[in-house]
Amino acid sequence: MYEFLKNLDRRWIFLLMGLAVGLPILLQVQFPETSTDLADAVFNEIEKLEEGDKVLLAFDFDPASEGELGPMATAFVRHCCEKKVKMYFLALWPVGPQMIDDTIEKVIKADFPNLVYGEDYVNLGFKSGQEGVIKVIVTDLRGLYTTDDPGTNIDQIPMCRDVENVQSMDLVVNVSAGYPGTKEWIQYAATPYPDQIRIVAGCTGVQAPLLYPYIPEQLPGLLGAIKGAAEYEKLVMKEYGGDDPDPKYLEGKRRMGPQLIAHVLMIVLIVVGNLVYFAERSREGHTP
Amino acid sequence: MKRETRIWTVLFLVGAALLAYRASTSTGMGKAYVQQTDGAAVAVKASEAITGTVDFSWSRTVGIWVAAMFTLCIFSFLYKDNPFYKLAESIVVGVSAAYWMVVGFWTVIIPNLFGKLFPAWVQSWAMPGLSSVHDDGWYWNFIPLLLGAMLLWRLAPKGTWISRWPLAFIIGTTAGIRLVGFIQADFVSQIRNSIIPLAVMENGAFDFWKSVSNIVLVLGILACLVYFFFSVEHKGIVKRVSTVGIWVLMITFGAAFGYTVMGRIALLAIRLEFLFDDWLWLIDPAGKRIGL
Repeated sequence: MYEFLKNLDRRWIFLLMGLAVGLPILLQVQFPETSTDLADAVFNEIEKLEEGDKVLLAFDFDPASEGELGPMATAFVRHCCEKKVKMYFLALWPVGPQMIDDTIEKVIKADFPNLVYGEDYVNLGFKSGQEGVIKVIVTDLRGLYTTDDPGTNIDQIPMCRDVENVQSMDLVVNVSAGYPGTKEWIQYAATPYPDQIRIVAGCTGVQAPLLYPYIPEQLPGLLGAIKGAAEYEKLVMKEYGGDDPDPKYLEGKRRMGPQLIAHVLMIVLIVVGNLVYFAERSREGHTP
Repeated sequence: MKRETRIWTVLFLVGAALLAYRASTSTGMGKAYVQQTDGAAVAVKASEAITGTVDFSWSRTVGIWVAAMFTLCIFSFLYKDNPFYKLAESIVVGVSAAYWMVVGFWTVIIPNLFGKLFPAWVQSWAMPGLSSVHDDGWYWNFIPLLLGAMLLWRLAPKGTWISRWPLAFIIGTTAGIRLVGFIQADFVSQIRNSIIPLAVMENGAFDFWKSVSNIVLVLGILACLVYFFFSVEHKGIVKRVSTVGIWVLMITFGAAFGYTVMGRIALLAIRLEFLFDDWLWLIDPAGKRIGL
């Protein structure tokens, strides 16, 4: 057994991981979710908003991270629609506008067809410049965003007429896959203007540990990876989903099934790997 | 025949046989349908094909198959490096670079540079929604135009040093902006956020767990700072405290690794879900093919 494990081809590990993720998807294995304080905080921040409040939704992600961040983006927009707030979408990533369009198609056009573009929601699109864009729009949004994504003059969009900058927003919601993303929104928007700009975020798993130091003073709420998305989905669907929620609002929960099985496999592999390591040291005459 | 060649051949044959079988069943697989709404083709559920009111979409169907093939090409790297992986990788890199250029041109250079310098001209051919009137101080935009032209000078056979000036400007301004951001958000604010009460009182009552959390936080910070304090030799009490700092750091790295694993598994799950759902039609979690 020792020799077998020591010389095991890593491709068998890949195959095992593929099965650990693939089989629960095929069998549609799901587990119940319980929300944590951070997901509750995000939910409460949006829940506190009044009808007609302004929310900036910055979708700073791309198709590569859509699997992880798409569910929380969907849930954020659903929650904002239910609260009847005005939604201002923008992106610091070049493929962000496509992510915005997908979410608008999936949530607003499908389930809230009464919402009017330009009056209830607007897609301001992408601007290059990373944190430079944030630095400018916290004081002058109109100077940089002269048009929306389809090319309409910003002065002709009713819901943009009284918006001067990000400080005009009641809340900033950021969905972030990396740089530029939540860290930059905190550095250049939330921290310099703590009384004017409040931000909540959803981010990839890789980013989450780097953002924890900002909680709760600079970042009141954070959804970390697909787990955070599943928790937030649960809160939104419990409040607004009814008895038979649409499956498209439960993608995060659905993807937590494969997560659990894969994590169990990871733990087993780490334990087995360590056993082989200590067995090897023992055979070579080292004390562990 | 080499072992690898045999494995690849078997994989291809099994895959092709399964695809042929799947496509020949009444359910079918990998098809997309659209409905014309306000002159635009909007994606609809495949189950609506039964009603006959929707159209089969060749472009979206080809898109699903191309996406599936590229996903398999990338997955093939798990076995070993091969031409299919190289092809998919090269296409991703090429398409991404081209996409960046086109998006940058149409979202920044046209509206934010030429649109401010020559608004009437840009409005006439590129962006009808743009105002045709100059903003106040519009002539300042000649500076970024000049800097941009200087930056492109590095492509010229002579005088490439000219590009160093705008580059120096970019580096200087970026360093300045980031320095201020880090000092304000990460240095000063983090110190302030670490100065917290060790005995937390909530509504006049002692909050035990919040107090424990704050004590652990403060002690963890101090222990990590001691570990990175190299002006004193790490022995005696300093060594013991710095060892605690190492433990705190290791726990942090472990948490970060755990989160990374979760993120990567989520990405694998979405690709497999795409293959099983959108392409092979083996599962239907969103109820898109009820009745088929």
